[in-house]
Amino acid sequence: MTKKMKLSQLSDMLQDLDVESLEGVTIEGDIELNISGGGGLNPALAYALGNEISQISLHMANIGRMLGFPAEQLFASAFGLGEMPQPETLPTSPKIQELLASKFEVAKIDNWNTPIQEVTLGATSGDGGSRKNTITLGGENALPYYFDSEMPHRNYFTMDVFDMPIGMAKSVKSNYEDVMSDPAEWAKKSVREFNADMITIHLISTDPLIHDTPAKEAAKVVEDVLQAVDVPIVIGGSGNPGKDPEVLERAAEVAEGERVLLASASLNLDYERVAKAAVDHGHAVLSWTQLEINAQKELNRKLMKQCNVPRDSILMDPTTAALGYGLDYAYSNMERIRLAGLMGDDELSFPMSSGTTNAWGAREAWMISSPLNQDSDWGPREYRGPIWEIVTGLSLALAGNDLFMMMHPTSVQVLKEITKTLYGSIESEEMDISNWIGAEV
Amino acid sequence: MKINSPLEAYKFLPGTNCGECGEQTCMAFASHLIDRSHKLTDCTPILEPKFKKKYEELDALLAPEIREVLIGVGEKVAKIGGDDVLYRHKLTFFNQTQFAYDVWDTMDEKDLVERVNYIQDYKKFYVGDFLAVDMVAVRCTSNDPAKFGAAVKKVVETTDLPLILCSFDPKVLKAGLEASKGKNPLLYAANKDNWKEVAELALEYDVPVTLFAPNDLDLLKSMAKTFAEMGTEKLILDPGTFPSGKQLKQTFTNFIKVRRAGIDGDRDIAYPLMAVPFTAWMLHDDPVSASYWETVVASVFTIKYGDIMILHSTEAYAMLPEIHIRDTIYTDPRTPVMVEPGMYKVGEPNADSPVLFTTNFALTYYTVESDLASNKIECFLWAIDTDGLGVEAAVAGGQLTAAKIKKGLEESGFDLKNDTTHNALVIPGLCARLQGDIEDEMGANVMVGPADSGRLHGWMEKNWPPQKK
Repeated sequence: MTKKMKLSQLSDMLQDLDVESLEGVTIEGDIELNISGGGGLNPALAYALGNEISQISLHMANIGRMLGFPAEQLFASAFGLGEMPQPETLPTSPKIQELLASKFEVAKIDNWNTPIQEVTLGATSGDGGSRKNTITLGGENALPYYFDSEMPHRNYFTMDVFDMPIGMAKSVKSNYEDVMSDPAEWAKKSVREFNADMITIHLISTDPLIHDTPAKEAAKVVEDVLQAVDVPIVIGGSGNPGKDPEVLERAAEVAEGERVLLASASLNLDYERVAKAAVDHGHAVLSWTQLEINAQKELNRKLMKQCNVPRDSILMDPTTAALGYGLDYAYSNMERIRLAGLMGDDELSFPMSSGTTNAWGAREAWMISSPLNQDSDWGPREYRGPIWEIVTGLSLALAGNDLFMMMHPTSVQVLKEITKTLYGSIESEEMDISNWIGAEV
Repeated sequence: MKINSPLEAYKFLPGTNCGECGEQTCMAFASHLIDRSHKLTDCTPILEPKFKKKYEELDALLAPEIREVLIGVGEKVAKIGGDDVLYRHKLTFFNQTQFAYDVWDTMDEKDLVERVNYIQDYKKFYVGDFLAVDMVAVRCTSNDPAKFGAAVKKVVETTDLPLILCSFDPKVLKAGLEASKGKNPLLYAANKDNWKEVAELALEYDVPVTLFAPNDLDLLKSMAKTFAEMGTEKLILDPGTFPSGKQLKQTFTNFIKVRRAGIDGDRDIAYPLMAVPFTAWMLHDDPVSASYWETVVASVFTIKYGDIMILHSTEAYAMLPEIHIRDTIYTDPRTPVMVEPGMYKVGEPNADSPVLFTTNFALTYYTVESDLASNKIECFLWAIDTDGLGVEAAVAGGQLTAAKIKKGLEESGFDLKNDTTHNALVIPGLCARLQGDIEDEMGANVMVGPADSGRLHGWMEKNWPPQKK
């Protein structure tokens, strides 16, 4: 074999040998070599043929590499070279014609085995109250909306009413201007027009640094609100630790039978008095701590052990920080509390409440525009404010919060819609999204 | 990752305590590998050939449960995935959700360029830096490969942001790939009908690809397995984002399931997840309702495991909460956000300039500083060491006291009496109750400023300079 062999000559040459076929050999097209009966080949010819074919394959491999195929890996794996064996399918069938069959499976969480305590607020005439309905919170066996276990109760929304006109963001205020001087009318409007599930009456005028309204007078406002609306209510003090126990005591007294939520007992005031007022008059109490899981355990323990508050009368407020202003702490704090409760910590297995209204403290919610000229435009605040409250609340809903204390009607409406959707009680028309890319929007 | 104690990592390290990684000992380095605050490549000795085997073994053990995928090239390259936990407090979430805003190929060129510029220029100052958005998704609404290619070309000319090429037609995708060669765009998407052709494109152009199987996790997993078998693990999974009702609840369930399976060790499905809140626009006609609902859906899937998403609304009131909820969820809970305590100057203050302080909680500090700077209030500003607490909490907890404030000022060598003409100190409104203490401790004229530093500008106009007594 001294002369160089061309491919076209190969088949001529092989015709007389034991090779059955060598067809369709064109350098531009497909190559199919089908050699059988190799044992009958002249060894020298076989070697030369082998050499030539290998040269061809190298040439082809180079073309393959130019096209971006890692041919060297193919060689390496075919001949057992290199360290990493390649999948066996590669050399013979680089293309897969059918999807590999597969079944998706995932386990449920196995250590969520303690249900969250159920707490019912409000009392109907059957139970000695005058509410049209009661509201039950808690009872979860899983993180909210998870498939592991159905959530027994949806989230509820209580809207803020104050016992005096207060300063608030413009876009909030515009909804209440006509009723701000009358808490009863304010409560009515929130229930009738804004679909509030509950009303929170904040007795802020009782603060000695504000009007120092006597507890007795403040209790009258509570009576007015109970008269004006028939939803369950929350009674809040002014946040003054010296005055609040007295104010809440009087309020608890006049609200006897209605099973209200007293807000709040905390470690920095005489929580025993607040707890006693709740126990004596059949109310529930809000256990409020500031972003500290161990303080929350401590206060809950004290309420149960020291003050004998029944488990079905404790709600927790582990503090809500606004989006952009510590919500990361508030979110993880709630998520940790809920997970601990589900995993069996009976000092933390209570439903939670969020002062979502705090979102309005963020300047992004209320300022007319960014104070910084480098910022991109912040957009109209009448849209920015409500969505700030919504996203703050939504993130806590996902962390396990049950009850939302809120301010803006739009925020309540939208947060209710999304939480009910995730809860599973919103029906809507089935939508085909399989070709969303082409949607005209 | 497959190991969770420093000891398990330590046994693969050279054990020489050479200190090249910046840690004193290999054990210390090992604990940083476990909390993912160091990379294995920070250990230069283990990169030597003789440790090759150990390096490879350890590298495999340390790999995050959810694969990391890169999109784009250069400075703006986006890394997604890489998570190891289901709850941020267990470690932290890595690689924040990437927000892509859409353009489409039937837009006027002028509008397209304007929109791309808006996306790439968008910024919001926050805690010492700017928050921004990340990508441009080009949707094919023309069904015309040439048109799509031209739109992609225009986007590439306009921005370095990573791209997502959106079409279910392989011919259109190919035109997009040709127009964005070398840019490592993300293909969107392979589905049950086009997967063969799209897989070939992904392999041929060596780009990441999204697998789209609306509400069909078996199909999604099949496609992921098949693509991996064909030679690419640069995959992103889209289980479909349905915008409403029971379908949205199912979408939520799908995200939880896929991520849980991935973290639990099902490698076949341990890829980053894509959400498409864009679909809110198929539900609502009114742009405000659509923007609101899109923001709501985006927030849900920023919190629950979306690693990348395609959005439509560029309304400021939608983008602002979106970037903030993302920051909220991806902020590392292990590190309190603090600035170095000490004296800072805003502008070029002199002896007549006001003197103020706040705490070293980064959020508080940067808010105050930016309010002063943007209103051109030249002054001296201290970050008092409160262990990273805000003013209100630090006063309540005793981390911010008159003695601490005095110490803070003195330690920077500043003498209020001699270095100013006014001997006055403006204190945050939220620590008004310290006024008397500070006066006693420092012998200074203490002025109580506003509770929100956003009002400092107005306050200064009224109260500065202080009236001579």
